[in-house]
Amino acid sequence: MSDQNSLLETDIRGYLEAHENKSLLRFITCGSVDDGKSTLIGRMLYDSKMIFEDQLDALESDSKRVGTQGENIDFALLVDGLTAEREQGITIDVAYRFFSTDKRKFIVADTPGHVQYTRNMATGASTADLAILLIDARRGVLEQTRRHAFIASSLGIRKLVLAINKMDLQNYEQSVFDDIESDFIEFAEELATGIEIQAIPMSALEGTNITTKSDKTPWYDGPSLMEYLETVPVDDDRLNAPFRLPVQYVNRPNLDFRGFSGQIPSGTVKVGDRVKTLPSAKETTVTRILSGDEDVQEAMAGESVTVCFADEVDTSRGDLICTAESPAQVADQFQARIFWMADDKMLPGRRYLMKIGSKTVTAQVNETKYRIEMSDLQDRPARDLSLNEVGVCTLSLDQAIPFDPYNEIRETGGFILIDRLNNNTVGMGMIDFALRRAGNIHWQSVDVNKEAHSAQKNQKPTVLWFTGLSGSGKSTIANALQKRLYSIDRHTYLLDGDNVRHGLNRDLGFTDADRVENIRRVSEVSKLMVDAGLITLVSFISPFRSERRMARNMVEDGEFVEVFVNTPLNVAEQRDVKGLYKRAREGKIKNFTGIDSPYEPPTEPEIEIDTTKVSADEAAEIIVDWMKERGMLG
Amino acid sequence: MGGTLKNLTHLDRLEAESMHIMREVVADAERPVMLYSVGKDSAVMLHLAMKAFYPSKPPFPLLHVDTTWKFKEMIEFRDRRATETGLELLVHSNQEGIDAGIGPFTHGSALHTDVMKTAALKQALDKYKFDIAFGGARRDEEKSRAKERICSFRTAEHRWDPKNQRPELWNLYNTRIRQGESIRVFPLSNWTELDIWQYIRRENIDIVPLYYSAKRPVVEWEGTQIMVDDDRVPEELRKTAVEKSVRFRTLGCYPLTGAVESEADTLEEIIQEMLLTKSSERQGRVIDRDQSGSMEKKKQEGYF
Repeated sequence: MSDQNSLLETDIRGYLEAHENKSLLRFITCGSVDDGKSTLIGRMLYDSKMIFEDQLDALESDSKRVGTQGENIDFALLVDGLTAEREQGITIDVAYRFFSTDKRKFIVADTPGHVQYTRNMATGASTADLAILLIDARRGVLEQTRRHAFIASSLGIRKLVLAINKMDLQNYEQSVFDDIESDFIEFAEELATGIEIQAIPMSALEGTNITTKSDKTPWYDGPSLMEYLETVPVDDDRLNAPFRLPVQYVNRPNLDFRGFSGQIPSGTVKVGDRVKTLPSAKETTVTRILSGDEDVQEAMAGESVTVCFADEVDTSRGDLICTAESPAQVADQFQARIFWMADDKMLPGRRYLMKIGSKTVTAQVNETKYRIEMSDLQDRPARDLSLNEVGVCTLSLDQAIPFDPYNEIRETGGFILIDRLNNNTVGMGMIDFALRRAGNIHWQSVDVNKEAHSAQKNQKPTVLWFTGLSGSGKSTIANALQKRLYSIDRHTYLLDGDNVRHGLNRDLGFTDADRVENIRRVSEVSKLMVDAGLITLVSFISPFRSERRMARNMVEDGEFVEVFVNTPLNVAEQRDVKGLYKRAREGKIKNFTGIDSPYEPPTEPEIEIDTTKVSADEAAEIIVDWMKERGMLG
Repeated sequence: MGGTLKNLTHLDRLEAESMHIMREVVADAERPVMLYSVGKDSAVMLHLAMKAFYPSKPPFPLLHVDTTWKFKEMIEFRDRRATETGLELLVHSNQEGIDAGIGPFTHGSALHTDVMKTAALKQALDKYKFDIAFGGARRDEEKSRAKERICSFRTAEHRWDPKNQRPELWNLYNTRIRQGESIRVFPLSNWTELDIWQYIRRENIDIVPLYYSAKRPVVEWEGTQIMVDDDRVPEELRKTAVEKSVRFRTLGCYPLTGAVESEADTLEEIIQEMLLTKSSERQGRVIDRDQSGSMEKKKQEGYF
């Protein structure tokens, strides 16, 4: 540091030239407060002179007031100790810190280490080149260490620093270090292949082996932490992978210029290179590369560029430009590892939005194959995934997308899942490989189609979806309506929740996952009936908005009529035709809608029936009138 | 393969990341805007936007929330840059505040900032119905910002709910919002003050001359040296003005922006001084010292 400072004072230009050519390393630190993580980060910030005087003054006074190091500086206070934040409950998060040395700028993703913070660690790890795993030398490799190593390697981090800290409390014994290192290496062999491990004995508190090698560990012949961080090579893998460019933006200021903008995740591209745009699979030649506002001959992984083509190839946002020699794959079904990040469970059958690269599509989790227990890397059977759980799942998409397996290229194999109702990011996933099944299923095209069926019956095929609490009167109204429609020669069918559960869905229970599957099957059946030209009456509690939306999306616009049978809970419970509320209140039925399972009322139903005001026959008449007005009954 | 290519430097990478963020967010936005505060961070952000969309112009206007207490040189610079770039410049001031005569000398820094800056910004965003607003805030500015996302979600009432922010994975940004909600987007999140200065130097970016040292009339007010930029400085105070060689590390309302005594009148000297003096840049801002955790509070209320 002192050389740097003298250069700074005497030759600012020389100093700046040197500092302009620094590289960048992003890393994540994992470990709990007890492992000395905050002390380590605070020490790195301090030693690299990234702390200003006013901050240092505050640090010194805080150290005396609330620090744990007596009269000495408590480095941990630099990065945590924000009690106000902790009270507000927002420490469950990733904090980003910055420091630099002569050789590199560092971006540190600092994440809390507790089990429930898996989400945050995965977030920090997604952009990191390297992970530092903190280990307390007195405690060795813990379950938590294994969990951190698993997440880091799952997210594609191939460089792990095993920071064996608090060696001062173990008298810098070599055997302590050796035991922990071999213990970890044994575990690491079960992780992904090609992981480089650098174990370093240190004391963040005393500053041992942090910036320079210490004579307290003469038996250790590796680098100090900073020496390692400053020199470890990054990005080799990305440069050697095939060229990809997800199109973010089509730049078209006038008729003479048409460029495709994006950030290159992997490989290099030169003017004159043959490229292929996916999914259209058209080939062309790169004629121009713009790096910002400058024309360049070539560009590499990491750069944000705009490229132009020799031919008019139809290319838009979400497409993937690839080297023609080795293009990405295209598929609509995958196996992927999914980290779940939301309080609401991941449910098979539910539809989510999936964003991969610059493309957003609709995805459905078909099946959870198994869950991975992070502490022992063993598979466990599972149907759904809860917050902070990781599983291997199959997914199907509403359209084919270009992709690479995540372990080959992170940016073209990693995706997020978004809840379609509240727009939150609820999961992250990494594609393992495409499933080929989808290619074999072809829809039969038949000449006697839906139009023919409905013309024959002189009606518009429709799904009338009755939703409401148990005992609200759905089935009674649906029955009355069906009789009324039959009397005017209309072709109908009634799917009733109870009846279907005795047959088609008798394998399903009442957990959230089963309720979703229940609705999915009924939606599929009603879709087939609509195809057959029928007016289909569906009488199901269907408590969740997203499933009703799924049912709506399965048929064409205007074919889905949501009928909200609005009966207040106390009225339904008072009627209690089947005696179910009584049993639910006694705890004999679990997951009963309205009692211990939620009901989400429709926000914009086509028809709303207030059963406290009209009878079932009157309700049926209201619905018939509604349909007649819209020409649905011929 | 990589042998023939130069290695990307940290500035190259920061630049590429910022351009990626801007393009990505704009692609899905309905009405984006760039909050242009005229300072050095805004200068860098504007420069990056010009690059990201070249040869097109950035597909959004610039919005300056004018508290009516900005340095005169800032306003001149702002108008000149808008003309040079050819971008639409929207200027909004809180007319109610002007009518009520709100100002830092008469009402104090907290109320002035609240009415003329925070409330004015909300008014402008509502008036034009912007769904995306780019801002130049950086994570290294203040402790509470270390956890700020690149995309920060605000309710229809412009409130920031710390518990309802989305995880940001890889370089994937989920910018889906409901009607009325908006996102503040910070493309410079991972830049430090030093990165900003180094980039200004490398790219030869034009900045307001107030950053360079010059002889300027200053007075002592509320423990800070402030510049006498016009005759709204109370007369008693104005009488005490002395000419000093000063410059500014951040720019805002002139009565709330502390001057530092300095001879640095080149970029290199500014950077040298910054690295050697070692006090953080926000120290010159009156607003941060009002109360502890004040930035956190301001953010929840809708201030940047």
